[in-house]
Amino acid sequence: MSQLRLEQVAIRYGQTTAVHTVNLQVKQGQIACLLGPSGCGKTTLLRAIAGFEPLSQGSISLNGEVISSAQHTLATEQRKIGMVFQDYALFPHLSIADNIRFGMRKQSRKAQEQRVKELLALVNLAGYERRYPHELSGGQQQRIALARALAPKPALLLLDEPFGSQDTELRESLAREVREILKQEGITALLVTHDQHEAFAMADEIGVMQAGRLQQWGSAYELYYQPHNAFVASFIGQGRLLSGRLQAGNVLTSLGELTYAAHEDLAGATVAVLIRPEHVKLNPIATQRALITSKIFRGNEYLYSLQLNPQESLLALASSEEFYSIGEQVGVELAPRIYALVIRDAN
Amino acid sequence: MLLCMALLTALPILAVFAYIFIPSAEVWQHLVATVLTDYLLNTLYLSLGVGLGVLLLGVPLAWLCSMCEFPGRAWFEWSLLLPLAMPAYIIAYTYTGMLDFTGPVQTSLRSLTGWGYGDYWFPNIRSLAGAMLMLALVLFPYVYLLARAAFLEQSICVLEVSRTLGCNQWQSFFRVALPLARPAIITGLALALMETLADFGTVQYFGVTTFTTGIFRTWYGLGDHAAASQLAALLMSFVFILLLLEQASRRRARYYHSSSKYAQIKRIQLTGWQATGAVVFCNLTLLLGFIVPVTQLASWSLANWRTQLDSSFIILIQHSLGLAIAAAIFALLLALILGYGKRLHPGPLVSVAARLASMGYAIPGTVIAIGVLIPFAWLDTQLNHLSQTVFNTKLGLILSGSLFILLFAYNVRFLAVSLQTVEAGLGKIKPTLDNAGRSLGLSSSAVLWKLHMPLMQGSLLTAVLLVFVDVLKELPTTLILRPFNFNTLAVRTYELASDERLAEAGLPALMIVATGIIPVVLLSRSISRSRAGGSTV
Repeated sequence: MSQLRLEQVAIRYGQTTAVHTVNLQVKQGQIACLLGPSGCGKTTLLRAIAGFEPLSQGSISLNGEVISSAQHTLATEQRKIGMVFQDYALFPHLSIADNIRFGMRKQSRKAQEQRVKELLALVNLAGYERRYPHELSGGQQQRIALARALAPKPALLLLDEPFGSQDTELRESLAREVREILKQEGITALLVTHDQHEAFAMADEIGVMQAGRLQQWGSAYELYYQPHNAFVASFIGQGRLLSGRLQAGNVLTSLGELTYAAHEDLAGATVAVLIRPEHVKLNPIATQRALITSKIFRGNEYLYSLQLNPQESLLALASSEEFYSIGEQVGVELAPRIYALVIRDAN
Repeated sequence: MLLCMALLTALPILAVFAYIFIPSAEVWQHLVATVLTDYLLNTLYLSLGVGLGVLLLGVPLAWLCSMCEFPGRAWFEWSLLLPLAMPAYIIAYTYTGMLDFTGPVQTSLRSLTGWGYGDYWFPNIRSLAGAMLMLALVLFPYVYLLARAAFLEQSICVLEVSRTLGCNQWQSFFRVALPLARPAIITGLALALMETLADFGTVQYFGVTTFTTGIFRTWYGLGDHAAASQLAALLMSFVFILLLLEQASRRRARYYHSSSKYAQIKRIQLTGWQATGAVVFCNLTLLLGFIVPVTQLASWSLANWRTQLDSSFIILIQHSLGLAIAAAIFALLLALILGYGKRLHPGPLVSVAARLASMGYAIPGTVIAIGVLIPFAWLDTQLNHLSQTVFNTKLGLILSGSLFILLFAYNVRFLAVSLQTVEAGLGKIKPTLDNAGRSLGLSSSAVLWKLHMPLMQGSLLTAVLLVFVDVLKELPTTLILRPFNFNTLAVRTYELASDERLAEAGLPALMIVATGIIPVVLLSRSISRSRAGGSTV
């Protein structure tokens, strides 16, 4: 059963359109993510789901009930949607226990106590009831913010850049932790982030957004290996696009003929192929030559930038035991197992 | 040296408290038996009434102007500060003139209804309740200003998160926004109550016997300096309670900053009767607190200015301006010394010194006046004794009878104002800037002239202006300490009003109000600047 459903959702402010006709569904118990660069409309969409922004078009429904449409916006407090904000937004005048209890005031005192205890144990902060937010570290504050949002058992949990103010190194492990907590609670969640590692670590399904449009919806694996368009290809992971022409089931590129593994038959069309750096091999005796324009040391590997011809370039990962200098010409070839990845709109 | 300076400014407080130990049994017994309960109760009632008044006006106005949208909000947002320009004693004179038996209100009431004297009941403004109303009308901006800043500073996320946790807009206000603004509101309340305790002009004119009028009467009427000092010490203890309250809630407010993220506030759009109510409320407060009294003062001035603008009036203005400018520059110099002392040699001792020196803003002018009179009069006696024995001449009251003592007292009271401004200005100049200047080959004095001076200009001017206006408005200290026959605008206004020549008091009063607008404009400018992002006030 589909818990959250967005149909033809558009959000406009006067002349500018922040979100264009977005359709998406999140199933019960799934963790979904909206991923995209800043200003792509992902936060606006999240706020619309929370009820902070009215829709210009389309509808949002939760458990089959329409909560937002162009005509009507159900008040935030009546939606049973929890939210974790980027800056946590803990109530500084309330103790940790009172913060968590805040959304449960219709329940009995005993039920509240019980739930507070349970949640503090869940987020690994048992015994912190009487502390105040300013006495906690950033990471602890975040877990309290999560516990507070979970306390009333919302039908859906929204997380707005939940790890945005953490150190980059910490984000992935925190994302993993939060995922565990959400899965234990069995809650349906939608997260917004610009960091793909965070998205990969946390989400079951990811929607890539750009310029107010949902570019692609799928698992991390699908986004990485089967990007639908140039934006998704360049935004997720690293790599370069080679232009090519479809011919008899294969793609003709400047690196030769590549096996075609794409979704639709577009024979004769001009397309682009995404080449990931791990699929490029540097081979001194290969006939296809490229110029090394820069290199970055990555520990066990070097990441080389290669100029193939005046229009096209490649990235290549090679063991740091091999050694090439900038300005050197090297031979390149593609790993034999590679599929050619076809991008629909070759622009 | 810094500590010396600080101790000197704390001298009046120490002098007043020193008198606690000097027995003045007779008069004190008399006071206890007759008027002390009156002083206590009236002061208490007045504080309660004004406190309630400033909260009921200040908090809702701040909420409306910061979180809601209605016609004229942007104009009200700054114009509601205008009552700050109106000294309480002046608004008291004005309303008395308007509301008494021969005033325009009762006159038109009688001509409308045909009633005569004694036919009807009309509230007497010259009462305790009247004093509460007058003080609340001009002091509510303290609460308004601080509450407004607190509402604006609140993370919008905190309000939104409470919505996702099931609060509607009003519950959100009462459960989150108001508790978060509480420290700021209490600070504003404490400041307003300090002004209330310090007020002399209003209660004196309305015949409400409070501590300030009691001190004045005991000092002059009964001539008992010890008893007056003891009353002053008692008043001071109330002030200290407020001071502690203020400091504590300022400290607390720091914890209440929940967010570094700034989001544009989405104001609640008021419509229909809500919008009408907001406009009426704002307008009424502004009218009663500023526009009506200013109009009355202007009409009195228009009727009288020809006869008033004579050479003695020019002298009056010269005295007032000269005194205010001298005091402002004096305070600026002290503030610079203390401020730079704190910057160059930071340490607990210097901090204590600066703190001590800036305590005066809380102390009522009446208390400061007798607090400086006591030591200086003693010093004069000693000096005269010395000159008598050595040179066989009398010097006279060279300290306590001259302008010197007045300037000294002003500095005790208003040093905090300039010190705060100077420190804020200095705080904006990062120490790394000094280092950068030195590394680029500037000497330390060149750093001062080429970097600090241009950067501090605005702050220095503000410091001078603020003290200037405060001194111009100041009444009780000037009244008690001025040299014989030396008059200022404030004292002249008081004298004319006391002689029931209210219409003639209009012109000097209007001038005081007009200069009082200067700091209001400065404030509202800093407000509009602060709205762009960072913190306020």
